[in-house]
Amino acid sequence: MSSPVKGGPEVVLRLAGISKRFGPLLANDNISLTLHAGEVLALLGENGAGKTTLMNILFGHYVADEGTIEAFGRPLPPGSPRAALEAGIGMVHQHFTLADNLSVLDNIAVGTELLWRWRSDRGAARRRLLDLSQRFGLEVRPDAPVGELSVGERQRAEILKALYRDARILILDEPTAVLTPQESAGLFETLRRLTADGLAVVFISHKMNEVFAASDTVAVLRAGKLVATHATASTDRAKLAELMVGRSVKPPAPAPLSPGEPVLELAGVTVASGHGRPLLDRVDLTVCRHQVVGIAGVSGNGQTALAELVSGLIRPDSGRLSLKGSVVEHGDPADMVRRGVARIPEDRHSAGLVGTMAVWENLIAERYRDSSFSRLGVLRRSAARAYAREVIEEFDVRCPGPDARTQLLSGGNMQKLILGRTLAHGPDLILASQPTRGLDIGAVSYVHSRLLDARAAGAGILLISEDLDEILALADCVTVAYHGRLTPLLPHDRVSVSQLGLLMAGHWDILRDILPETVHAA
Amino acid sequence: MDFLSIILDILLSAAFWTAVLRIATPYVLGTLGELVCERAGVLNLGIEGIMTLGAMAGWMAVYQGADLWTGVLAAAACGALLGLLHAALTVPLGLSQHVTGIGVTLLGTSLSYFVYRLVLPQASTPPTVEPFQPLALPGALAQTPLTYLAFLLVAVVAYVLYRTPVGLAVRMVGENPAAAEAQGLNVTAIRIGAVVAGSALMALAGAFLTLSAFNAFFFNMVNGRGWICIALVVFASWRPGKALLGALLFAVFDALQLRLQQASGGVLPYQLFLMMPYLLSILALVLVARRASYPRALMIPYRKGER
Ligand SMILES: Nc1ncnc2c1ncn2[C@@H]1O[C@H](COP(=O)(O)OP(=O)(O)OP(=O)(O)O)[C@@H](O)[C@H]1O
Ligand SMILES: [Mg+2]
Repeated sequence: MSSPVKGGPEVVLRLAGISKRFGPLLANDNISLTLHAGEVLALLGENGAGKTTLMNILFGHYVADEGTIEAFGRPLPPGSPRAALEAGIGMVHQHFTLADNLSVLDNIAVGTELLWRWRSDRGAARRRLLDLSQRFGLEVRPDAPVGELSVGERQRAEILKALYRDARILILDEPTAVLTPQESAGLFETLRRLTADGLAVVFISHKMNEVFAASDTVAVLRAGKLVATHATASTDRAKLAELMVGRSVKPPAPAPLSPGEPVLELAGVTVASGHGRPLLDRVDLTVCRHQVVGIAGVSGNGQTALAELVSGLIRPDSGRLSLKGSVVEHGDPADMVRRGVARIPEDRHSAGLVGTMAVWENLIAERYRDSSFSRLGVLRRSAARAYAREVIEEFDVRCPGPDARTQLLSGGNMQKLILGRTLAHGPDLILASQPTRGLDIGAVSYVHSRLLDARAAGAGILLISEDLDEILALADCVTVAYHGRLTPLLPHDRVSVSQLGLLMAGHWDILRDILPETVHAA
Repeated sequence: MDFLSIILDILLSAAFWTAVLRIATPYVLGTLGELVCERAGVLNLGIEGIMTLGAMAGWMAVYQGADLWTGVLAAAACGALLGLLHAALTVPLGLSQHVTGIGVTLLGTSLSYFVYRLVLPQASTPPTVEPFQPLALPGALAQTPLTYLAFLLVAVVAYVLYRTPVGLAVRMVGENPAAAEAQGLNVTAIRIGAVVAGSALMALAGAFLTLSAFNAFFFNMVNGRGWICIALVVFASWRPGKALLGALLFAVFDALQLRLQQASGGVLPYQLFLMMPYLLSILALVLVARRASYPRALMIPYRKGER
């Protein structure tokens, strides 16, 4: 649906001179952007660069301090999501905005009818939803409560929510951060269909391969400023990385080290699930000092149970778990910390940090009973603050200071905080679950290099990740989780991404080709 | 044995069920009102005070010469006003819903007594009005119009919550206000509206006491009924149909204990019987409400543009 005006497709969106302050922080600094029908614009930038803020202004969640927005040639009133929706703007938020207890259909239809009607027209809403779902290949279950949906299904519901409202401009804020590779591929297929239909798309991502696969234009934000807009074809990874971070980014390479004595040993560990297939099924695994063991797999194949086991949240139903050679009988989280296990949890918001508490409180959360931080049951606040200042300095956490509320940090800085807490005490075993999810490339390479430093210093690292590139870049050995089982350890230089993909899908027969010497039956 | 046959006799008498429906009425109205507020994400602990004010205002209007239905409307209007106060403090200003609610209860209660004393400085026995009369229908069905209204309102509230766009909007702001806002809804307006409407319903419960169950306004006449309604909402898992069930169940226990008290003829201390409905309610709550799925945003103030 290109416009009759000559000189290319019509301009559907024009941001002019947008600025936004949060207290002393200038989150958006005089940003101007245009978007055309059928165009896919990728918005890049470090964590905390102001991408979400800009999109929230566009959608009316925030009001800009300065600047104007025009959609389809008409000015958009600030601060009103309703006005944005009516102007044809739809947004899929970084954190989903769906009500878990309501059905998919309810979530999509709410607010689309006049409030004061005697009856909602459910029949018409359902027909419209199913029609859209078919047209764009977005499968949904209209009557399922959102709480029962997988992450991928939730995201489809979010996109349908926008399409249901006839969105002509679709904003996707880090849509692939929580998707499996297969789900991401499906999403980009959908985006192609939508843009063929004339929709304009803005998507935010930290993953370069997505940017090059899916976008026409890239815009780069750095510290609130728009530093460049390029046609995607005329640029390359290294250049974009440098624009984002302000310096060139080199991925760290692991130095070859020979593994030391074992720190973690699992022997025949089974964890029952209460119903059906066990969460972990007769798992054997050894992690040694100076070694990174990567666990690949589609999420939901036992990784969560494995992580909970090693952090002491659950216990094996049968089998044996040993740390540094001694069997752990009744592990609990505090005991595991004392035994030298440090963890980077999968979800930093729910299991990693307490958002409403200060940075220093979060930093001593795992060891506030240590004599250095408390005496006779009273916290030694100044010692704790001094320690927090050291960690902040050492791990380059950008925040106003030890007393800042953790909630206000950007995602990347929260992760650095967790990293600081994890690594500061020289742990023996590091459990890293999705350690770089949602992080920008600068932060990713920082996290990777710190983990490799810990490996060099003698820690064993159990790396659970859905990002195969990350696993192959860091791990000495890889194992694949499928239905609660783990493959034998595979040396990282003997497997390829495509082989891992097959193993993740359960085709374990190819193990014979990878490890001819050990013939294992799956 | 003897005891069982006494209970059987009671359960089989029409008079017992008439009493049950009458006793249940204020609980039905109060629980519905609280349910509407909580479904929108606002806990309303002002219920006890709002019921008291409704009881006083309804009665006072009739005592001053208004007809009964005008009295009912006056009660609802006063309840709505007090609800507006609660909503104004908790929704746009985001104050603690507990503290504000308790404040509203204290205010509503003392305001009622104050106005009553102001108008009737020296009444020692409470003056009476001519209350609603039971409609001439057989057996348990002979109830006053407000009871019928209460039961009708259960269906109305259920219909509005589950079948109309505005009901869906109310449920949405109680579950996830950020999502509601992203759908273009005005969270503040919807929450205020729900609290005001719910509070009007609570005031009807009060008006029932002075204009139907009794014919005068006494001090301490609401007597904790509001708090029972708060528990009944949990018992009902925030569903109108189950709220009706809960109110009826509580009324059955209450009516039963009264009669058993009489039948026991003073052998057992009467406090034991008084305790019974509450004990049984706690038991029912433990059994039923463990799996209740509560409105996720209940008691969480929503502030636009904050993370
Ligand atoms: N409501 C708010 N109050 C205070 N500060 C805020 C608020 N929203 C965002 N910020 C700050 O503004 C800056 C930009 O945040 P924003 O969420 O836009 O970053 P982002 O580019 O989306 O980062 P990420 O890649 O981590 O999602 C951050 O420093 C953040 O802490
Ligand atoms: Mg963001």
